[in-house]
Amino acid sequence: MYRAQRLGLKYLAASTVIFGAMIIFGLLASIYYVRPGFLLNTFNFSTAKIVHINGLVIWLLMGFIGAIYWFLPQEFEREVVGIGLAEVLFWVLCASVAVVIAVFIFVQYGAANEWSMWFINQGRKYVEAPRWAAIVISVTAGVFAYNVIATCVAARKATGVVTVLIADLVPLVVLYLDAFPEISNMSQDLFWWWWLVHLWVEATWEVLIGCIMAWTLMHLVGASRRVVESWLYVEVALVLGTGILGLGHHYFWIGTPRYWFAIGGFFSALEPLPLLGMIVHAVYDAGERHLQAANRPAFYWTLAEAFGNFLGGGVWGFMMTLPQINLYSHGTQWTASHGHFAFWGAYGCGVISVLYLAIAQSRGNQRLDGAAWKWSFAMLNVGMVGMTGALLVAGIDQAFYERAIGGSTWNAYLSMQGRPWFNESMWARLLFGLMFACGFAVLAYDLITIPKRQQADAVEEATAAAGS
Amino acid sequence: MYTQDVYFWRAGAIATVVFMCVVLAALTIDTLRQISPGGARVPSYDVINSAVTYQYDTSRGEYLPKIGGEELIFGHRYTEDEASTLIAKGKLVIQSRACIDCHTFFGNGGYYAPDLTRAWMDPVWAISPGPKRAERLAKFLTNPLRLGARPMPNLKIRRDEAEAVVAYLKWLSSVDSNGFPDRFGAPGAN
Ligand code: HEC
Ligand code: HEM
Ligand code: HEM
Ligand SMILES: [Fe+2]
Repeated sequence: MYRAQRLGLKYLAASTVIFGAMIIFGLLASIYYVRPGFLLNTFNFSTAKIVHINGLVIWLLMGFIGAIYWFLPQEFEREVVGIGLAEVLFWVLCASVAVVIAVFIFVQYGAANEWSMWFINQGRKYVEAPRWAAIVISVTAGVFAYNVIATCVAARKATGVVTVLIADLVPLVVLYLDAFPEISNMSQDLFWWWWLVHLWVEATWEVLIGCIMAWTLMHLVGASRRVVESWLYVEVALVLGTGILGLGHHYFWIGTPRYWFAIGGFFSALEPLPLLGMIVHAVYDAGERHLQAANRPAFYWTLAEAFGNFLGGGVWGFMMTLPQINLYSHGTQWTASHGHFAFWGAYGCGVISVLYLAIAQSRGNQRLDGAAWKWSFAMLNVGMVGMTGALLVAGIDQAFYERAIGGSTWNAYLSMQGRPWFNESMWARLLFGLMFACGFAVLAYDLITIPKRQQADAVEEATAAAGS
Repeated sequence: MYTQDVYFWRAGAIATVVFMCVVLAALTIDTLRQISPGGARVPSYDVINSAVTYQYDTSRGEYLPKIGGEELIFGHRYTEDEASTLIAKGKLVIQSRACIDCHTFFGNGGYYAPDLTRAWMDPVWAISPGPKRAERLAKFLTNPLRLGARPMPNLKIRRDEAEAVVAYLKWLSSVDSNGFPDRFGAPGAN
C-alpha cells in the first residue's frame, strides 16, 4: 500500500467521526423545534446548528480528500508527490477541527470586533469557522491540490479523470477564499457568499464527485475507461453549462437585478439533466453486471448516490427553482428539505461508497457482505427520506401560511408555531432523525468489525479446507 | 466516429465552461454596480435618516420599499460617513452573534426565527412612529421580549451595538428585493 493510501484511509476514518458528530448536533438542533426554550441562553439553537453545518462541510471535504488520496497512487502507479507534508497537515487539520468545535461549544460567540472574526465565530452560514481555521483549511486544500498536480507532472501522464480533477480543484480551492471577507452591504455579502455555496455544491463539488464516482465505477464493476471518461466530459459540460449561470436562482431576492429571474430560472431548471444522465449511466453499468458486484455495500451505496443526487438535488431543487414558486418557498423548511436530501444523496452516499471500496481494497478485496451493512443502508436512507418528507410538509405549510397568506411578518411566524401540520412534521423529523442516527451507529459498527469478521472468515475457511 | 473520441468531448466541455464563465463575469460586473450603496437598487446608507415604508407597486406588480421624508432615529442626523461607519458596526454585531443562523436576511439563513428583511417595518414595531420604533427595537435587542413559544436568547448586545443593528435593519428594509417578502404587512395578512 502506498503512503498516500494510508493517509487516505486516515482521512476517511476522521471524516466518519465528524459525520457522527454532526449527526449528534443535528439531532440537538431539531429538539429546539419541539421543545421551545430548550437550553435557552445556555446553548442556543444557533450554536447547535453551526456545529452541525460546519461539521457537514468538513466531513465531506475530508471524505473527498481521503477518496482521492486513495485512488490517485493507483491511477499513476506511484507514490503521491509531497506526501510527507500532507501527512503533517492531516494532523494539523484534525487538531484545528477539534479546537474550532470546542470554541463553538464553550465560547459560542464573541463581541463585535475583529478578534471574534479571527478566533471565535465569523457568523456567515456554513463558513462560521473563525479565520485562523479557514486559513488552515485553505492551506490543507492548497497542499492537497499541489499533491495531485505534482504527482501528475512527475508521472508524465494525465488520464482524463485526473485532467478533470485538476481543472476542478483550482476553482474549488479559490472559491473557498470566500470564507474570509466581512462585507457591510448584505446584498454584496450574499452575492459573493453564494459563489461559495452554490458554485461549490452545484458546480465544483458535483464535478469532483463525478471524478470520484468515475474511479469507483472502474474499480468496482470494471467499467471501461473510455466510456467513463467520455461520459465525465459530457457531465462536466452539462453540470457547469447549467450550474454556473444556475447561480442566478439565488439572486432573485437579495437586491440583485431582475434579469436574474430569467437567467437563474432557465439555467437552474436545466440542472437536473446531467443528474438524470448520471443515473442512466450508473444503471447501465449496474444492469450490465446484473446488479452483482463483489463489493455489494460499495455497489449499493454507489447506486444510492446516483439516485439520491438526482432526487435530492435535481427533483427537490427543481421544485422550488422557478421564481414564481421560490417567492414563497424561499427560506422555509422546504429549503432545508432539499438541502438535506441533496447533500445526503449527492455527497454523503458517495463518500460512504468509497469508504467500503477502500476498506475492501485495503484488505485484499475480501468479502464484506453481511447483515449489518444492509441494516445501516436501510436505516440511513429511510431515516433521511423520512426527514426530507417531514421537512417538505412543514415547508409547504410555511410557504402557504407564513409566506403567501401571512406575508412573512413576525405575527405570521408566530401563527406557524400553532399549526398542527408544522408541529407534527417537526416531531416526525426528530423521530426519523433518530432512525438515521441508529443507521449511523450500525454503519460505524460494521466498519469497525470488518477486520475481525474477516479474520474469523479466514479461520473458518482454513479449518474447512483442513477438514475436507 | 468522432463521438468515439474522448478529445471531442473534452473540447466541448472546455468551450462550454469558458463561455459560461465569460457571461457570468460580465453579469457580475453589472450586478455589483447596481447593488453597491447608492446604486440603482440599494440606497446609500444615509437612508437611515428617512422614513421607509413597504407599498404595493402596480406597475411592477409587487411590494417595494418607498423612501419618504426625513425621519431620524435616536435623535441624530447621520452624515454619509457616520452612516457607513454605523452600518459597518451593525454588520459586525450581526456576524459576531451569528443572527443568520437563526434568522434569514433576504430569506437566506436559519429558519428558526422570523425573516429580518423588513423587520424595521414589522407591524409589531410599526405601530410606533420612527423614533420611538428605533427605541423599542433597540430595547428588544438588548433584552428580548417573548411573544410566542419560541423565544430569542439574550445575546449580550450592548446599547451602542443595538443602535447599530437598528440602523442596519432600517437600511436593509430599504433595499429593492423584487417583492420578497410578498404581502409583508399587507391589509388582511397577519
Ligand atoms: C438562537 C436563535 C436566535 C439568534 C442567534 C438571534 N435571534 Fe432574533 N429572534 C429569535 C427568535 C426565536 C425570535 C422570535 C421571538 C418570539 O417570537 O418571541 C427572534 C426575534 C427577533 C426580532 C423580532 C422579530 C421581527 O420580525 O422584528 C428581531 C428584530 C431579531 N430577533 C433580531 C435579531 C438580531 C439582530 C440578531 C443578531 C444580533 C438575532 N436576532 C439573533 C432567535 C434568534
Ligand atoms: C446536488 C447538489 C445540490 C446540493 C448539495 C444542494 C444544496 C442546497 C442547499 C444546502 C441549499 C440551502 C442553502 C442555504 O440557504 O443555506 C440549497 C438551496 C437551493 N437549491 Fe440546491 N442543491 C443542489 C442542487 C440543486 C439543483 C440541481 C437545483 C435546481 C434545479 C437546486 C435549487 C436550489 C434552490 C432554488 C435553492 C434556494 C432555496 C431557497 O430559496 O431558500 N439545488 N441547495
Ligand atoms: C439526525 C439527522 C439530522 C438532523 C436531526 C438534522 C437536523 C437539522 C436541523 C434542525 C437543521 C437546522 C435547519 C434550520 O435552520 O431550521 C439542519 C440544517 C442542515 N443540515 Fe441537518 N440534520 C441531520 C442530518 C444531516 C445530514 C446527514 C446532512 C447532510 C448530508 C445534513 C445537512 C444539513 C444542511 C445542508 C443544513 C442547512 C440547511 C438549510 O439551512 O437549508 N443534516 N439539520
Ligand atoms: Fe443553487
